[in-house]
Amino acid sequence: MLKVEETQPVEFSSALLEKFDEIVKRYPEGKQKSALLPILHLVQAEYGWTSVPAMDKVAEYLAIEPIEVYEVASFYTMYFLQPKGKYVLEVCRTGPCCLVGAEKIMNHIETRLGVKEGEVTADGLFSWRGVECLAACGFGPVLQIGPEYTFYENLTEESVNKLIDDLRKK
Amino acid sequence: MARKLLLEHINVPGINTLEVYRQKGGYRAVEKALKTLTPDDVVEEVKKSGLRGRGGAGFPTGMKWSFLAKPEGVARYLVCNADESEPGTFKDRFLMTHIPHALIEGMIVASYALGANTSYIYVRGEMMPQIRILERAIEEARAAGFLGKNILGTGYNLELYVQPGGGAYICGEETALLESLEGKRGNPRIKPPFPAIAGLYGCPTVVNNVESIAAVVPIINDGGDEYAKIGIGRSTGTKLISASGNLVKPGVYEIELGLPVEEFIYSDEYCGGIANGKKLKATVAGGSSVPILPANLTLKYANGEPRLMSYESLSEGGFATGTMLGSGGFIAFDEDQCIVRNTWNFSRFYHHESCGQCSPCREGTGWMEKILHKIEYGHGTMEDIDLLWDVQRKIEGNTICPLGDAAAWPVASAIRHFRDEFEWHVKEPMKSQSTNYGLANYANPIEKQVEVKQDNL
Amino acid sequence: MSDLVKVTIDGITVEVEPGTTILNAARQIGGEIVPPAMCYYSKLKGSGGKCRTCIVKVSKGSEKDPRPMPKLVASCRTTVMDGMEVQNITSPEVLEARAGVVEILLINHPLDCPVCDQAGECDLQNLSYEHGLQKTRYEFERRTFDRIDIGDKIQLHMNRCILCYRCVFTADQITNKRVHGILNRGDHSEISTYIQTAVDNDFSGNVIDVCPVGALTDKTFRFKNRVWFTKPIDAHRNCTHEKCNGKVTLWYKGEDVLRVTARKDQYGEVEEFICNECRFDKKKTNDWTLEHPTHISDTSVISSNHYETFKPLPVIKENLALQEANKRELEKSIKF
Repeated sequence: MLKVEETQPVEFSSALLEKFDEIVKRYPEGKQKSALLPILHLVQAEYGWTSVPAMDKVAEYLAIEPIEVYEVASFYTMYFLQPKGKYVLEVCRTGPCCLVGAEKIMNHIETRLGVKEGEVTADGLFSWRGVECLAACGFGPVLQIGPEYTFYENLTEESVNKLIDDLRKK
Repeated sequence: MARKLLLEHINVPGINTLEVYRQKGGYRAVEKALKTLTPDDVVEEVKKSGLRGRGGAGFPTGMKWSFLAKPEGVARYLVCNADESEPGTFKDRFLMTHIPHALIEGMIVASYALGANTSYIYVRGEMMPQIRILERAIEEARAAGFLGKNILGTGYNLELYVQPGGGAYICGEETALLESLEGKRGNPRIKPPFPAIAGLYGCPTVVNNVESIAAVVPIINDGGDEYAKIGIGRSTGTKLISASGNLVKPGVYEIELGLPVEEFIYSDEYCGGIANGKKLKATVAGGSSVPILPANLTLKYANGEPRLMSYESLSEGGFATGTMLGSGGFIAFDEDQCIVRNTWNFSRFYHHESCGQCSPCREGTGWMEKILHKIEYGHGTMEDIDLLWDVQRKIEGNTICPLGDAAAWPVASAIRHFRDEFEWHVKEPMKSQSTNYGLANYANPIEKQVEVKQDNL
Repeated sequence: MSDLVKVTIDGITVEVEPGTTILNAARQIGGEIVPPAMCYYSKLKGSGGKCRTCIVKVSKGSEKDPRPMPKLVASCRTTVMDGMEVQNITSPEVLEARAGVVEILLINHPLDCPVCDQAGECDLQNLSYEHGLQKTRYEFERRTFDRIDIGDKIQLHMNRCILCYRCVFTADQITNKRVHGILNRGDHSEISTYIQTAVDNDFSGNVIDVCPVGALTDKTFRFKNRVWFTKPIDAHRNCTHEKCNGKVTLWYKGEDVLRVTARKDQYGEVEEFICNECRFDKKKTNDWTLEHPTHISDTSVISSNHYETFKPLPVIKENLALQEANKRELEKSIKF
């Protein structure tokens, strides 16, 4: 049983619902459950994470049971079931990136941000975590930042510093 | 210069737009197929080309297409597998980023051949930028009349959609992908039935890798026979190789199958040798799931003949002295890399990515990771190495989907070829934390046929 | 007879309906050649294929295509072909692989049998007794979860779960709304309701009966007694629930009914699902019409005075190979 302490009020905007409608049209009639993954991405982009009230609303929208949404959201790693920082730095930690120094980059990010993997900085801006292969092995080390999953390749300690500073200024 | 079929125009500015792509001969295959060929003709051309699935298994694409069931009044689907997440593989991302229309064009031709009127491209969720690129390309293609109703006035209708994944390596397995596309957990299905009979929404479905689909374009343009002339033996055509690790020039290369491995690693046209003047210690030739080979066996067979980049040549010698082409994820390790650490890293990957549906994979991958972690951090015993061997053997072949095999093979091959390095970690626990085992004899030519203990086969 | 297909399992040939799985064909033969099944449940559509304990070797694919299958297959999800030849207990490869699966199922199991309510009627206990190793080779910390109550009558002890998915299929098929499911993935997977919700449904209690281990237990029976000290009696009542026929097994200790379960067949599968009223609320003898002591297998620790007598199928009398396979049982029935 996951412990979800925080919660948030959720009311999908009409703009968001319009996007949902658009997605559901891609599938044959009665197969609207197919829209679950793309809709959860939209929800996370809007609210920063996928909370229980948000998932319940999605279930209601797709006319499925809430547990079906929880099952899916907890299976895939991209959906955050807990609140995270505004920017989540996801660093690839798999073999090929480690050959070219991904572990060093992760240590550096930990020191630079002053928080452990999965935690949120005091200002609420940053979280970081190691993720499995991001399919950019030739350009490692790499990291990505949601919700648009912009890639930053060939990382060095300097380029990571600059990235963090730029994001702070935003 | 070798022939390039997929990446020929990769450096042309604006090739990601329909306009430039058209100027370079794009969408000729759509016109040719829809206007002059029947769907069966297209399947026949692909069969003649000898094209084999580029996702890893290497199953002949034309044959896969011909297995598709065609019951009356039931929709058929083509689903493109763009859930590229095999460590070491990044060719599909490269292709979709730079020449998205090659994939779209291939999808139209393949959908036509299979009689599909709705097709999906399942892209892993982390590739959101590529999803945007594909969506834009689809809009362009639709505006130009290559998608939608009555394409080019031929009466053929096709809708093409991009579906994002949610972050799960297992969704690269075709039935897990279909489950995910249906909005469920990515648990692979128990086969049979195969997707060709009951796939997406229970309808006949073909799932193909991005590169396989894109390769249909040159096959239709030039003819299957012409395509089959490239390559060697049953490994026809060109293949995208993702090169990573300690190389001077990592990146995506299009090679003609049959290129000597040595040339691929050391020539300036390709990887340019090992970075920082170091020596090659080992390679993983086809993505993390295939067996790791020491440098000597990478470059040459056990009998001293040169090894080539092809399906057959890379697997020459079986798992005793060979490996697999897999998805073409070529990872090079230099003399400073620790094989135990890397095996632990890969093992952690499979542990993290196991869907948890069947017991050997769910429990066994975690067990292997823990034993490897123990050995890597200097707490291992000799018995642990044997236990590790036994655990991987219990997983291999006993799972629902190939992820179990993919988790077992890297461990098995690392012990098979680098056992002395594992033993060194046990015998020299302190030393192994600060230094590494080094190159040892892995790069030396092999003097005689490697003997493999019966048990290790 | 021409529509039937012929399959040979461990040298014993049987003719079955097309579409029958290897496991069910083996069950038609009976005896020791029946592969064990921890996740397959004949009453639950879509179940099976996950635990891998029922794996067998197909040494001949069919009459038409005699090639052997390249890997061991899950017998519960592989359908027979005419002329197929299967090896189960006659294949050392199968026995070794099965022992491996058992070991792997146990590495994260708490082995808390002394305090587990399922002990004595646990499929995993029986399986590891028959196929397991004498010692464990797993030396790392076992995975743990908190115990949770799903509703006031059912307790979920996730540590013991082997993720057979049976309870999920049960909820999907015989209840009108599923509120529990599989969360997370890999070896972090768990059965859960995610948020604290009571499983509130007329048939929810059946998840206890389908659970092969002690992960889902009956809170009304919890720690009341060990199952082998109780006496099972088949009984029935006129249940008013439209989907429940009120046929149950009452588990007595002295004159008290300690628990009520559905009736189970020789493979531990319930014959018919029962409603929660029968299961949880009718625990007095005068609620029920008693029939007879429940038949219990002679290998069970339960109810040692109610041995079931072996009734050989007619086919066994005519077939020497079958007589050989069922030798032990036949000798016993002659003694009786």
